[in-house]
Amino acid sequence: MKFIDEYRDPLLAGKLLERIARLALSAGRQMTIMEVCGTHTVTIGRFGIRNLLPENIRLISGPGCPVCVTSIHDVDSALFLAGIPGVIFATFGDMLRVPGSQGVTLQRVKARGADIRVIPSAVDCIELAGENRTKEVVLMGIGFETTSPTVASVVRDCKERGIKNFSVFSVHKVIPPALKVLVDDPALNIDGFLCPGHVSTIIGAEPYTFVAEAGSSAVITGFEPVDILEGIFMILGQIREHKKTVAIQYRRGVNPEGNLRAKELLNDVFKPGATSWRGLGMIPDSGLYFREAYRNFDARLRFDIPPLESVEVTGCRCGDVLRGIISPRECPLFKSVCTPLNPLGPCMVSTEGTCSAYYRYH
Amino acid sequence: MCLGIPGKILSIDEHKRAVVEISGVQREVRLDLIAEATEPGDYVICHAGFAIHRIDENLAQELLDCLREIAGT
Ligand code: SF4
Repeated sequence: MKFIDEYRDPLLAGKLLERIARLALSAGRQMTIMEVCGTHTVTIGRFGIRNLLPENIRLISGPGCPVCVTSIHDVDSALFLAGIPGVIFATFGDMLRVPGSQGVTLQRVKARGADIRVIPSAVDCIELAGENRTKEVVLMGIGFETTSPTVASVVRDCKERGIKNFSVFSVHKVIPPALKVLVDDPALNIDGFLCPGHVSTIIGAEPYTFVAEAGSSAVITGFEPVDILEGIFMILGQIREHKKTVAIQYRRGVNPEGNLRAKELLNDVFKPGATSWRGLGMIPDSGLYFREAYRNFDARLRFDIPPLESVEVTGCRCGDVLRGIISPRECPLFKSVCTPLNPLGPCMVSTEGTCSAYYRYH
Repeated sequence: MCLGIPGKILSIDEHKRAVVEISGVQREVRLDLIAEATEPGDYVICHAGFAIHRIDENLAQELLDCLREIAGT
């Protein structure tokens, strides 16, 4: 398939690996590279890239799986909203099996009779709201900058059309503030980041400037094996030159300035605010909340979410996995108790969660 | 969740909805998030029912050729 197969070319991948090996050898030290996005993690697992790299390159997985970083409190709030009589709770499929406190999931709430619909796109909410005028359609607004503009677009559309029985529970998050936390963490000491390609399609290159200023490479990288290898190759090149910059490997998918229209839309509907990430805790300006003009679409205002006492699953180390502090194999529950069929934490639920990717491919 | 898949635009209607071929399957995506003019035959990166980027085919080809040269294939 065009724009995919070329970037899976084994010959090209092999040559890049040779180049990487040479650079790694001349560096003569241990280097740590973080792949930020869950989709990177899946490609790396699926094509066995971790095992093909020279031993002195350590690839660690980052916080780029939206379902995984959603706090248990937000999961509990979603469970509450989904259980309100008269609510149609619309969500992307990944959320269904994420356990909240006491292991309750949306799937379980659905089995008990809640009206939960799995939708591939926020656009589907427009039809849902139109066909069910006596019900309240609530969308689980989850995802990074790749996804949030699609939700913003639907919200603006609903406002223009005067659709009133639709709201969004926004737990959207933005990536750069989370990266800032990782860059500033002295325990991690990351030489370079493979920055998320499709988040960058929207936000462009500029928001990563602080990474380079802090002395790490930020290479915006695509999702095919050749992309990942070229991204690593570019980071090693920067290390050799002692020049850390923001660079775009995934140029076919990312303009340096990002997607201006999507950014404008995002900024029109949402404003940044502090939010809590699983594993990383509260991060300023890393969440998206409705602006005044769109407050009617805010599920947090429309429904009275009571204060919920959320408790994390005992023993699950998703938080440490998301910060790159441990690899899933170091979690005592990995594969023994926690499996994709019986996931204890979100990192095992989501197909792009680090634990699930390690389970399938290592 | 940030999966974006390249697809080829087959047709566009007056509401900026396009039918796109992705891995041999036809899907409807919205073009509202793209400022550039698009027409059937163009490739776009699709995510959650929206096209989020138009791929510049010439640029993509140039970059790939350049990478091949650097890598020595
Ligand atoms: S293996 Fe399971 S229990 Fe352990 S960190 Fe991953 S999701 Fe949590």
